[in-house]
Amino acid sequence: MFFNNLKQLHGKVYINETWCKGCGFCVQFCPTNVLDISSDYNAKGYHPPYAKNPEKCHDCQYCQIICPEFSIFVTRDDENERGVTEK
Amino acid sequence: MTTDIGKFKHDSPMSGTLRMERMPHIWCPGCGIGSEVNAFAEAIKRSGIDPKKLVVVSGIGCTGRVAGYVDFDSIHTTHGRAIPVATGIKLANPELTVVVFSGEGDLTGIGGNHLIHAARRNMDLVVICNNNFTYGMTGGQVTPTTPHSAIASTTPYGNYEYPFSLPFLVDAAGATYIARWTSMDVRNVTQSIEEALAHKGFSFIEIISPCTTLYLRRNRLGDGVDMLQHYQENTVLKHGCDTRETAIDFQGKIVIGKFVDKVKPTYLEAVDQCCVKLVGDDYQLYGKTIPEREAEEKAEKEKVAARRAAVLAEQTEANE
Amino acid sequence: MKTVPAEPKGVDSGPHFMDGDQAIAEGALAAGCRFFAGYPITPSTETAERFAERAPEVGALFIQMEDELASIAALIGAAWGGRKAMTVTCGPGFSLMVENIGLAAMTETPLVIANVQRGGPSTGLPTLTAQQDMMQARYGSHGDYAIIALSPDSPQECFDITVEAFNLSEFYRVPVIILTDETVGHMHEKVVIPPAEQIQVVPRNNYSGPKEDFRPYKFDCQGGHPMARAGDGYNFHITGLTHDERGYPVMTAEQSKIVVTHLMEKIHGNADKIIRLDEDQIDGADVVVVSYGITSRIAIKAIQDARKEGIKVGSLRLITIWPFCEKRIRELAPKIKAFVVPEINYGQMVLEVERCAGGKCETISVNHCGGAVHDPEVILAAIRKANQ
Ligand code: SF4
Ligand code: SF4
Repeated sequence: MFFNNLKQLHGKVYINETWCKGCGFCVQFCPTNVLDISSDYNAKGYHPPYAKNPEKCHDCQYCQIICPEFSIFVTRDDENERGVTEK
Repeated sequence: MTTDIGKFKHDSPMSGTLRMERMPHIWCPGCGIGSEVNAFAEAIKRSGIDPKKLVVVSGIGCTGRVAGYVDFDSIHTTHGRAIPVATGIKLANPELTVVVFSGEGDLTGIGGNHLIHAARRNMDLVVICNNNFTYGMTGGQVTPTTPHSAIASTTPYGNYEYPFSLPFLVDAAGATYIARWTSMDVRNVTQSIEEALAHKGFSFIEIISPCTTLYLRRNRLGDGVDMLQHYQENTVLKHGCDTRETAIDFQGKIVIGKFVDKVKPTYLEAVDQCCVKLVGDDYQLYGKTIPEREAEEKAEKEKVAARRAAVLAEQTEANE
Repeated sequence: MKTVPAEPKGVDSGPHFMDGDQAIAEGALAAGCRFFAGYPITPSTETAERFAERAPEVGALFIQMEDELASIAALIGAAWGGRKAMTVTCGPGFSLMVENIGLAAMTETPLVIANVQRGGPSTGLPTLTAQQDMMQARYGSHGDYAIIALSPDSPQECFDITVEAFNLSEFYRVPVIILTDETVGHMHEKVVIPPAEQIQVVPRNNYSGPKEDFRPYKFDCQGGHPMARAGDGYNFHITGLTHDERGYPVMTAEQSKIVVTHLMEKIHGNADKIIRLDEDQIDGADVVVVSYGITSRIAIKAIQDARKEGIKVGSLRLITIWPFCEKRIRELAPKIKAFVVPEINYGQMVLEVERCAGGKCETISVNHCGGAVHDPEVILAAIRKANQ
């Protein structure tokens, strides 16, 4: 649902696999299921997340704020801007 | 697994508020403290307050380590003494915003007396209390808030004591801003911290959070994700709820929301009122008269409002 | 030590008739102390009362905290908030304060604590005198650290020593303890407060250089290092954990050696500069009476009587208790027959005298449990015995 000229935002997720402790919060609570647990291990032996469906990210930044390790941040993806508007 | 850490640190939106050179931190996987610090960092950015004028004080314990990770003036004190140290800082320089970030064992067990007296004085502090029902750093002992019947290393057969309900405790003591959230409710936590930073007087924000390694494991409650889901399903939002009705039972419903937000003269305002009667209009504290201090405070408030408006404008622009 | 004249606002110049406790409050205000957090306890409360009364006109702040744990914690906060701060207490309260004396020593926070000693142990003799907390002042908190302690013998000296206590505390960034006693605390005498321009105070040394060069600590076994003031933008971090020069925790044996050595040596290595003694007729003496606080005034009578009897007796009054005057005792020991050490405790500082005398002369303890001062006759008898 988009009102007036509000447009669909897109975000780009940056993941710092090194600091991740694999708690799974970002994967579990991402509202649009962008992330999934990777099968790879990091140096500490945890499975960090990866962006499985990057195009679905709407820049809500929930993963950024729930991540207890400060290992994810999201920026608005202007390049990938599709500018979908609904009147 | 090839993260460019230097670049990540540099680009991270947290880099101005957290000491990135000290990461990764010591907290366990799935521990709620990190999420709270994240929310705190976000709240500071949005609040518009001058980060130079912010001081973070912690006690001892897992949450006590927060002071070491935030990039502000910060003091990691002795066990239980964060609030009186914060009181000293605030009274030494009333222009500072002083935040106490500590755990429930630290603030309400060994430091309980300081908590209620700071609330009683309506000392202008923001107290953020990570409540995970356990002494994590020492291996999971029972705390003053551990629910009845929960297992801890020192209550191996279940806790037979009665816990504190913290909103009720600080309400009775005189706190003028009281909210409770869980570490799942990071958005609300952010907003509450923002409100508390702007609030004049004693603000208390309790954040229920999972201690995965000790409390959850010992009570067989799954991992961090399980607990956050439990919070999602078992929290009841009740703004303005009578704090007498905020007790927490083992794995029971958790009432969350903003319970108290009221205006009452702070400790320093009460000092001023008394001294100005005594000494007259040229009463000075640390060489500044009350009108001078008020003018400075007003100017700072305007700067804060302007910075805040700028942050908001940036966000709205992003949404247009 | 760089000093400046005192700020006139805190200096109530002129002759006064006041007790030792009140003189401490006046000394603090003169030294630039603008924050006092305390908790009532006999026989020290008059200092807090005096400060509370004077605070509004001086523009200082007094707060009565919920207990002594909170009082000293508030001083640490106030010190890093940019104020000179003090508190006053006696034994039972001091026992609570030792926790954060450790934190203040570890974080190199300047603050001043007056301990107006009363008889112990425990609640002991709340209204009666003693000197039983001498060792507690030095060793009360756990772990290795060093503090400075001074002992006045009159209300006038209470004033003077409080100013000095602040100066040492600021320069060495260390808790300084004023070890007075109930008798001096409650004794009313003439106290002359000099004009502000004659009182030299060490101002707070706040760092003002570039942020990237700022370090809250420098482990070079010296004093005189600047500290940061909260709100100045240096984003300092201080912790009671073993730390590096940035204040960040480094919990290794190697770092502990660096930190602990610095904490100890910045005081002990500068003992010659810190220590003040009041000596009388030491040259050629056969017996030296080592005393401090109220006991030194009682000892005067015994010393005078002994001299009348022809005994060559000198007096060594400790104004600085800690660091202990090791060097002076070592120098004197081979030249005299005995040290006589009267004190209102079961024998505390005498242990230090004996240690430093190293068997080169006799050391006679004239101990006395709390509650009253010595009978000078008892000290005289000890001097006679020492001279045999
Ligand atoms: S929330 Fe953070 S620590 Fe947890 S899995 Fe995601 S990236 Fe890793
Ligand atoms: S022990 Fe518990 S509280 Fe401490 S870091 Fe680990 S999960 Fe968090």
